Amino acid sequence: MDNALEVQGITKVYGDYTALNDVSISVPKGSIYGLLGPNGAGKTSLIRIINQITMPDEGIILLNGEQLQPKHIEDIGYMPEERGLYKSMKVGEQCIYLARLKGLSKVQAKERLDYWFERFGIEGWWNKKLQELSKGMAQKVQFIVTVMHEPSLLIFDEPFSGFDPVNANLIKDEILKLRDDGATIIFSTHRMESVEEMCDHIALIDKSNLVLQGKLSDVKEQYRDRNYAVSLICNNNDAAFQQIPIEFNPHPILLLGLDNTLDFQIKIPVGIDVPSALSRINQLGELTHFSEVIPSVNDIFIQTVQQNG
Amino acid sequence: MDKLWLIIKREYLNKVRNRTFIIMTFVSPLIFVGVILLIGWLTSINSDTSRKIAILDQTGENYVSLFTSSERYDYIILNGVSKEAAIAASKEADYYGLILMESRDGKFTGLSFYSDDSPSPDFLESIENKVNKKATENNLEDAAIDLNKIEELTVNNEIQVQDFTGEKTSKMSGWVKIAAGGAAGYLLMMFIIIYGNMVMRSVIEEKTSRIIEIIVSSVKPIYLMIGKITGTSLAGITQFIIWVVVGSILMVVATTFLGAEAFSNPANADVMAQAQDMSKMELIFNDIAQLPILKLLLCFFIYFMGGYFLYASIYTAIGAAVDNETDTQQFMLPVILPLMLAIYVGFFSVMDNPHGTTAVIFSYIPLTSPIVMLMRIPFGEIAWWEIAISMLLLYVSIIGVAMLAAKIYRIGILMYGKKTTWKELYKWLRY
Repeated sequence: MDNALEVQGITKVYGDYTALNDVSISVPKGSIYGLLGPNGAGKTSLIRIINQITMPDEGIILLNGEQLQPKHIEDIGYMPEERGLYKSMKVGEQCIYLARLKGLSKVQAKERLDYWFERFGIEGWWNKKLQELSKGMAQKVQFIVTVMHEPSLLIFDEPFSGFDPVNANLIKDEILKLRDDGATIIFSTHRMESVEEMCDHIALIDKSNLVLQGKLSDVKEQYRDRNYAVSLICNNNDAAFQQIPIEFNPHPILLLGLDNTLDFQIKIPVGIDVPSALSRINQLGELTHFSEVIPSVNDIFIQTVQQNG
Repeated sequence: MDKLWLIIKREYLNKVRNRTFIIMTFVSPLIFVGVILLIGWLTSINSDTSRKIAILDQTGENYVSLFTSSERYDYIILNGVSKEAAIAASKEADYYGLILMESRDGKFTGLSFYSDDSPSPDFLESIENKVNKKATENNLEDAAIDLNKIEELTVNNEIQVQDFTGEKTSKMSGWVKIAAGGAAGYLLMMFIIIYGNMVMRSVIEEKTSRIIEIIVSSVKPIYLMIGKITGTSLAGITQFIIWVVVGSILMVVATTFLGAEAFSNPANADVMAQAQDMSKMELIFNDIAQLPILKLLLCFFIYFMGGYFLYASIYTAIGAAVDNETDTQQFMLPVILPLMLAIYVGFFSVMDNPHGTTAVIFSYIPLTSPIVMLMRIPFGEIAWWEIAISMLLLYVSIIGVAMLAAKIYRIGILMYGKKTTWKELYKWLRY
């Protein structure tokens, strides 16, 4: 597959602190790529290197197959986690300035901005100063600033923080549309719901090291652990209460619900295949639900980070 | 380069459109001229209050005729009272003072002024001169000497100060030079502090508003730094030009409308003295004209740019190192100390001897040379190579300091939340 971004063996050292240790990731073209990791893992360091804000000590980065160079600045859009615009500058003037720093001509910038301002229905803000806008309004401007030069690679650091649910959805739809138009998108976040919802690839960085990366479905496959959710109606309580703990080590602890129902999860031991486990459980009561529990990204995240140390 | 130009333009417009800047630019000259006029007016009011002064003439020579009441002085002539009674009466009536003239055997023996106040030397001298002149005339008359003859033969030369090429200067020329050098040096210091601070605040603003990360993902930090410093310096030059233009227009308008009144003292100036004053003024103007104006202006510009860029680099680094303005205090010493030192060296050592060791050394050290050398230049006789070396050292050190500042800037702008220490800065320099 074609990769929009290829990070190869990046190491970054600040004094005696290693921020990134031999990190390599591949971001396929047209993907929404989740860059995950706890605070201080090295996500921002990596993003800054991709943005050429800082230089790596070792390793190379390829953008669309070419080694990263100053001209690529115009091909990347970056929305930092800490949002920021000039508070006392007028919105329109500010957007044009930032667009021109990204290499657009004045006329081009004006055209694109007209399009986006109309799209978001904020034409009236052109001559307002940023400090007159609410936080949510400023975020919209920030989004426009990030995408207006139509970069092929977009990097969003915690894109939904600070947005109310309505605006968050609006931005989400815009991001998906940009993806459909051919852009590649990198999300850096520790909010797992949005990852689950939008990303098709993920990488997990912890303590300056890459600990996991791949297609989301593959990662999930890899983390399948023969976990199943079971619901039983028990007529013979004693048999179920005795046998299930012995044979399947269920969690949470068995508790009889109303209508004699038991809800629990089991991990089917290695050596027993799923159909025989299923028929064994069926003998202990009337089976009403049986499904595999696929680990959520959140589970994977927590599990990996805890394993790592 | 296009982007650098964009940044310079934004920084310039941002400073120039700022409301405080506009107010400062246009109101300062008004305030300046206003204060001068106010001082003139207050002085004239001050001398308007008339003072009552008693005169007791015991000589019988009619000295009282020398004193005619004016707006400022109201003379009350006492007759036929004793000295003690006159003093008591003056005190009783709360007069400003009492002039007492005594004689014995037709000879003038004493001129005294009694007052609880401390009268100005000028005033006392004028009484002295008047009375002595008349007393001398009386004596000459008594000795049957022709007054006109005396006047004819009296020589009254004033010393003429000239330089070795024969150019005339006034006795005031030293002061004119001190004033020109001092004003240039002081102005330079003010500009460095005001505009250096402006640069620093702008760095802090970008850092705290977090726009810095967006900017540096578009341009290299060094461009932003250079653009910021340059744009702000252009704003400074704009302000300076506006000040000069508005200031001179206002001075012209003010002097035309109010006439020379506010600026000279018409009360006791007779025509002769005025003429003499005029020629003195002419000489002073001549002195001003003889200052190496062009050289001074050119040097002012070069040293202003140099000094400003040197200090602005330091200010930029400080701005990048901190999170808010209150944290800047700990780093201010290396900025303020050399500036203060330069001003003091300028006002004491240079004024004392413009070619003394201290003055010369400080006019070479880059952090102080802009101010000290500017103060030395009006005194003349500074070899071109001295200025060249001083400028060369300044501009070479700018490159060095700017490079160090850029290192701190590059790292500092992306550091949040930590209070930076000197040790930390040193570490940044070595990244």
